[in-house]
Amino acid sequence: MAYSDKVLDHYTHPRNVGSLDKNSPEVGTGLVGAPECGDVMKLQIKVNPETSIIEDAKFKTFGCGSAIASSSLATEWVKGKTVDEALEIKNTEIVKELSLPPVKIHCSVLAEDAIRAAIGDWKKKQGQEKSAPVVQHANVVQQA
Amino acid sequence: MSADVMSGNGNVKLPIYMDNHATTRPDPRVVEEMMPYFNELFGNAASRNHEFGWVAEQATEQARERIAKLIGANTKEIIFTSGATESDNLAIKGAAEMYREKGNHIITQATEHKAVLDTCKRLEKYGFRVTYLPVQKDGRIDLDDLKRAMDDKTILVTIMTANNEIGVLQPIREIGAICHERGVLFHTDAVQAVGKVPFNVIQDNVDIASISGHKIYGPKGVGALYVRRKNPRVQLVAQIDGGGHERGMRSGTLNVPSIVGLGKACAIANEEMAEEGKRLGALRDRLREKIMGQLDEVYINGSMEHRLPNNLNISFAYVEGESLLMGINDIAVSSGSACTSATLEPSYVLKALGAGDDLAHSSIRFGLGRYNTEAEVDYVANRVVETVTRLRELSPLYEMAKEGIDLTKVHWAAEPTH
Repeated sequence: MAYSDKVLDHYTHPRNVGSLDKNSPEVGTGLVGAPECGDVMKLQIKVNPETSIIEDAKFKTFGCGSAIASSSLATEWVKGKTVDEALEIKNTEIVKELSLPPVKIHCSVLAEDAIRAAIGDWKKKQGQEKSAPVVQHANVVQQA
Repeated sequence: MSADVMSGNGNVKLPIYMDNHATTRPDPRVVEEMMPYFNELFGNAASRNHEFGWVAEQATEQARERIAKLIGANTKEIIFTSGATESDNLAIKGAAEMYREKGNHIITQATEHKAVLDTCKRLEKYGFRVTYLPVQKDGRIDLDDLKRAMDDKTILVTIMTANNEIGVLQPIREIGAICHERGVLFHTDAVQAVGKVPFNVIQDNVDIASISGHKIYGPKGVGALYVRRKNPRVQLVAQIDGGGHERGMRSGTLNVPSIVGLGKACAIANEEMAEEGKRLGALRDRLREKIMGQLDEVYINGSMEHRLPNNLNISFAYVEGESLLMGINDIAVSSGSACTSATLEPSYVLKALGAGDDLAHSSIRFGLGRYNTEAEVDYVANRVVETVTRLRELSPLYEMAKEGIDLTKVHWAAEPTH
């Protein structure tokens, strides 16, 4: 299979590889996929509690080149966005940006899932502090 | 497409081809011998009344002799086909149809090539009963399983000599003996084994054997089927109707240039196999040692003891196969990862070993061949080590494993649906 230049670029020079402290209240962690399926993405965001702006994002991915590229791109895109803006990111935009072929669309879906899971985790942590977990959780479900 | 790169022991030319189970580069001696049969020696081997036909027939008969010699057969026992897929189809469907009166049970095993498995599945639709034997962890069948599976309706056992993914050799001599004791025919897909390891239809108790041209440095689009003529005499019902060529078993004008090429490839193998096997075995072991000496959590798939000398199939835990292939894109190898397969399923061969889907996704098949050098092996080993190391830095699974998390105990957000 021939890869697009953008996939190759993200694969060769992945952005924001690494890990954030998953126990920090400011950090949300999303872990999606399964080893048996050949794809596991971990995407983490660090959110400013005052502004809800995602100040940092890191990822690690087990998966094909397109999965690595999708998650690398996702970290680039969520950085600097507010949590609500980040939830607007659609997998189809990732497909378009990376020119993913149909068989690789699931990689973009997984990246979108990873963003949502990370934000969900962060919201859960916030909710626990603000003692309003049910509402926050429902929000996530509605948007998903 | 190519570049010279310094690597340890000298120059290697890129890209490096190390996928010799998929196909092999035709030997220049093969190509040279084929050439006249595309040009002035173009006759139809079935033309009995003129020089053009005689020359063509003579050429195909020489090829028959060379193939027969390599596998210990008689020339009359060699049928030419379009390749091993056709050979497998003819062997299995042809025997099933011929011996239907005697019984309707066929035995095969889980890691066969699709040309065998899908042919058996087709026969199931026509009322045949097929037993698919499991393999053990080392990739070999248990002979007791075979004995238990046999009944008075069993007419055919079809089990490959060497596997195309993991290179594991089945105990065909013992399988053949068990079949002969019970009067059951034994077919073996010998595509990966012929010309690579000793294979003799008499000593190995084989009744029908499939052979391919392009796996042994010959041309594509040509194969052969060995069909035993005595003890027992095997008859097959033709699957292609026509002029009654090839003792009525396979109609169609003979592909003379390719048959000449297949014959030459067999002649070369006959001369050079012993030495080449030793050389490739040493290169393969060098590759394995260099990789395993530098990486942890690397697993060999299948038996090392009963294995083709040119095969190495390794799973690199926590690294997905296609991404690894992408990182070593100046090296041609294959992966058992779902992402590299047309079906988007991980290798059924590796799954049959019980390794788990995760290790199937992480597997790479190295198939060494006639033209690989030590410098290439060193280059490949270095590139693999470097890329696996880089991808593990990127792998959440590697990180979790290093933290002491048991990955099998994690509840994954997306559990597989299959």
